[in-house]
Amino acid sequence: MKFACIVFPGSNCDVDMFHAIRDELGEEVEYVWHDEANLDRFDAILLPGGFSYGDYLRSGAIARFSNVMDAVIKAANEGKPVLGVCNGFQVLLEAGLLPGAMRRNQNLKFICRPVTLVVENNETMFTTGYELGEEITIPVAHGEGNYYCDEATLKSLKDNKQIIFTYKNNPNGSISNIAGIKNEKGNVIGMMPHPERAVDQLIGSNDGLLLFKSILRNWREAHVLNV
Amino acid sequence: MSLMYKEPTAEMIKENRLYADMGLTDEEFQLVENILGRLPNWTETGLFSVMWSEHCSYKNSKVLLKKFPITGERVLQGPGEGAGIIDINDDQAVVFKIESHNHPSAIEPYQGAATGVGGIIRDVFSMGARPVALLNSLRFGELQSPKVKYLFEEVVAGIAGYGNCIGIPTVGGEVQFDPCYEGNPLVNAMCVGLIDHKDIQKGQAKGVGNTVMYVGASTGRDGIHGATFASEELDEASDEKRPAVQVGDPFMEKLLLEACLELIKSDALVGIQDMGAAGLTSSSAEMASKAGSGIELNLDEVPQRELGMTPYEMMLSESQERMLIVVKKGREDEIKEIFDRWGLLSKVVGTVTDDKKLRLIFKGEVSAEVPVDALAEDAPVYHKPSREPEYFAKFQQQEEVIPKVTDVKQTLLDLLAQPTIASKEWVYDQYDYMVRTNTVVCPGSDAAVLRIRDTNKALAMTTDCNSRYLYLDPEVGGKIAIAEAARNLVCSGAEPLGVTDCLNYGNPEKPEIFWQLEKSTDGLSEACRELETPVIGGNVSLYNERSGVAVYPTPVIGMVGLIDDVNHITTQSFKNAGDLIFLIGETKPEFGGSELQKLVDGEISGKSPSIDLDIEKKLQTQLLTAIRSGAIASAHDVSEGGFAVAVAECIMDGKVGAKVSITGEEVTALFAESQSRFVVSVPRDKKEQFESLVDATCVGEVVDAGLTILNESGEPVIQVATDELQNSWRGAIPCLLKSKA
Amino acid sequence: MMKVKVYITLRESVLDPQGSAVRTSLHALTYNEVQDVRIGKYMELTLSKTEEDVDARIKEMCEKLLANTVIEDYRYEIEEVVSS
Repeated sequence: MKFACIVFPGSNCDVDMFHAIRDELGEEVEYVWHDEANLDRFDAILLPGGFSYGDYLRSGAIARFSNVMDAVIKAANEGKPVLGVCNGFQVLLEAGLLPGAMRRNQNLKFICRPVTLVVENNETMFTTGYELGEEITIPVAHGEGNYYCDEATLKSLKDNKQIIFTYKNNPNGSISNIAGIKNEKGNVIGMMPHPERAVDQLIGSNDGLLLFKSILRNWREAHVLNV
Repeated sequence: MSLMYKEPTAEMIKENRLYADMGLTDEEFQLVENILGRLPNWTETGLFSVMWSEHCSYKNSKVLLKKFPITGERVLQGPGEGAGIIDINDDQAVVFKIESHNHPSAIEPYQGAATGVGGIIRDVFSMGARPVALLNSLRFGELQSPKVKYLFEEVVAGIAGYGNCIGIPTVGGEVQFDPCYEGNPLVNAMCVGLIDHKDIQKGQAKGVGNTVMYVGASTGRDGIHGATFASEELDEASDEKRPAVQVGDPFMEKLLLEACLELIKSDALVGIQDMGAAGLTSSSAEMASKAGSGIELNLDEVPQRELGMTPYEMMLSESQERMLIVVKKGREDEIKEIFDRWGLLSKVVGTVTDDKKLRLIFKGEVSAEVPVDALAEDAPVYHKPSREPEYFAKFQQQEEVIPKVTDVKQTLLDLLAQPTIASKEWVYDQYDYMVRTNTVVCPGSDAAVLRIRDTNKALAMTTDCNSRYLYLDPEVGGKIAIAEAARNLVCSGAEPLGVTDCLNYGNPEKPEIFWQLEKSTDGLSEACRELETPVIGGNVSLYNERSGVAVYPTPVIGMVGLIDDVNHITTQSFKNAGDLIFLIGETKPEFGGSELQKLVDGEISGKSPSIDLDIEKKLQTQLLTAIRSGAIASAHDVSEGGFAVAVAECIMDGKVGAKVSITGEEVTALFAESQSRFVVSVPRDKKEQFESLVDATCVGEVVDAGLTILNESGEPVIQVATDELQNSWRGAIPCLLKSKA
Repeated sequence: MMKVKVYITLRESVLDPQGSAVRTSLHALTYNEVQDVRIGKYMELTLSKTEEDVDARIKEMCEKLLANTVIEDYRYEIEEVVSS
């Protein structure tokens, strides 16, 4: 399976994402510069964290106009898995691939710490490796992770089981403790916590590795075993 | 020479002593006149004043810095370049440096701290290294007044803002609070980088005819005379000097960092240097001076952010995120291509010459011409008068008094809530300490540990300095500062490699302050020699005074160590119930400068704890051998608050508890701050192996929960649940910040 | 030339933690008459003369990039600038 790791000017978790896929998952991964227009050669798209364009104006607001975003939207429409983490999530929101917006953390401070997440939906291509309701430890590191959407949107997120992860102890003020959501179709997911930082016991946790393994297994089931 | 700008003439500068406002003395101005054989013009006076400031020339501290050991088998680059470099085997090396940004942070704490971080990162990547970690060392007044709280919160936010955005983890540091820092906080930032030997760069302008290029952000009027500002005492008028503070752009620096690391792979690059303090002036003069060449700069080509900038302003601007590079003639386009790709400016601004002069061309005319060595090397060197302060003799004669303690349990809880001991989670929660996913031991431990990807090695790093000991006795306190930093590293399983130091002192023109500087550098030098940790670079920050009150002598020690096998990484927390607890080192009734003395008396006095460097070295070596042999489950050094606080810290993660016994006088055994001590835990089946390697006393065992301390007759003197300890320790700083003054 | 002043604020319905913090501080400084604080962004755009519908262009800029209409409102003022 071949992953694209999108690099915007100011991305800084690209290296972590790259190593998680190559060293821990053991699959192919390539850095893709923000001005590339074609992602057809990839099976999955990863938008890593960081401060794209310094997060000036709003997190993700400038990055969404990068050349590569048309190709990301195309890949999403084709049903390829698209994962946005942290700043990547913010870019997906700004691009309208996922509903809602991010506000500054409630305490107005950057927060970096391991948090406990609850798996709310384990029937997505990203989460089949987890048990429903399972508690996992994944770090957050953000200043604007306070998820917001209006009530109608929240209702439809709930009705369609689009909420994938919630915080056990809400660190940032997110509405309904939301930590990660998917689109209606289920192939685009955005989350503030960093699964790519939780792939090795040596650095604290490997609870995030199952997310990448889920992507791989579901892709194999759909593409390889059917051949 | 053109006089279209309303700059004073050379004659006016001399007659009206205008140079004095720039920080030059009468004698220094005379020296400039002698060197040039004529009067300097306005721009030239500016060049000299900034290059001869303490910040750039070390004119007051040079005689003392000479005492430091700066060589060693592993040292690849000592002081004098952007940062020092130490070999870590396999053709890899570690690059590190610490620097102060005290005065800018006192005036504008967020930007002052942020640009301090930005500057030290550039020092490291200008050597060709990939920055992998940031640390810091902060000092503030007591967390009582709104002003101190504001400074503390904004400095932390500034460090977080820059480090988080650029994506370099802030993995460690220290924060201390004492009234002497009330008006003059200390903000020291350290950066650690990794490099392959073959990529090591130097800031040299070699090769006559080669091209000088300017890369990065454009130049504005911000920060003009920052280096001079850093070399003066703060007073009430200092807030008016606000324009001297620069604004950082971490996004720009991220791009500059990536572009420069690409650049160093090109053989077209000759030399590279950060435009730090004294901006374009220091980078050009130093690069030329080190290479024995000269540089001619065409200032009309310097990218400018503001209209109508004069040569003086361009040369003295400290706008951030800029680098000066020298490239082989004819290869400029290749270089430009790299920077274009990252969306960065790169411009040819001059050439390397053979006349050893810095010549500035502005609107077709020579606007300044001075010898580069005169700027970079020939600043006057002073040996200021030194005098032992009265307080020292008084403190030395004072009898050792054991502070009065009535309730030992409450005292332990109070000590844990002292801001200097209390958990700094409120601080490091705001730092992204994990980005790049190499952080094995996170902030809050003795030392931070980072793995080195694709190897079995790891690096341990720490910053440390107990300035109370230094105030009581600068020489002994200096030794302790080095020893404690090394202890932190050894506890994590590392062999200490070397030191970067940031010497923060008051006004050296006062003989008592110079005495502190003199004595403490004696102590630091001796300990560095004894513990085989050479000084590979650092920074001197003098004039840390506000309205005549000097900070304690605060030589912050940044130290890096090598762990040759990730399996040796050790943390301070006890691991398994049943493990034995040992105390290494001797406990004496030493309370001068201790947390207990501060808590009980409200101030410090007497003698600093003593230290025997031979014993220190022996015990550190024994402990490291034991860790490497796998005999140890956890290791923690005994520092502020003494044995009881150290043991409490070992169970603070709440996984297990401890039951230990003390002997001798109770308060001493619990809270004295005798040096060269460690608390370690040892699995029972490793007891004999451990005892054969280390001189230590078994004092108890790891239990399921809580802390119990028994006296000689087996009666409990302290019995406390872990969550009670945690509440005091963890709640203290958030609570102080919330409380109304 | 034209100068466009763009004001962006959080929507009424969206909690503004920064504004709340500032209000608390003002109260601490005894400015108790302060009922509410909303913090926003102010931008100045300098535009060259254009034949196109300026209002439409500016609205487009605001909705596409300058504001995130999920959480933010915007308004703007246009001033003619006489170049010297």
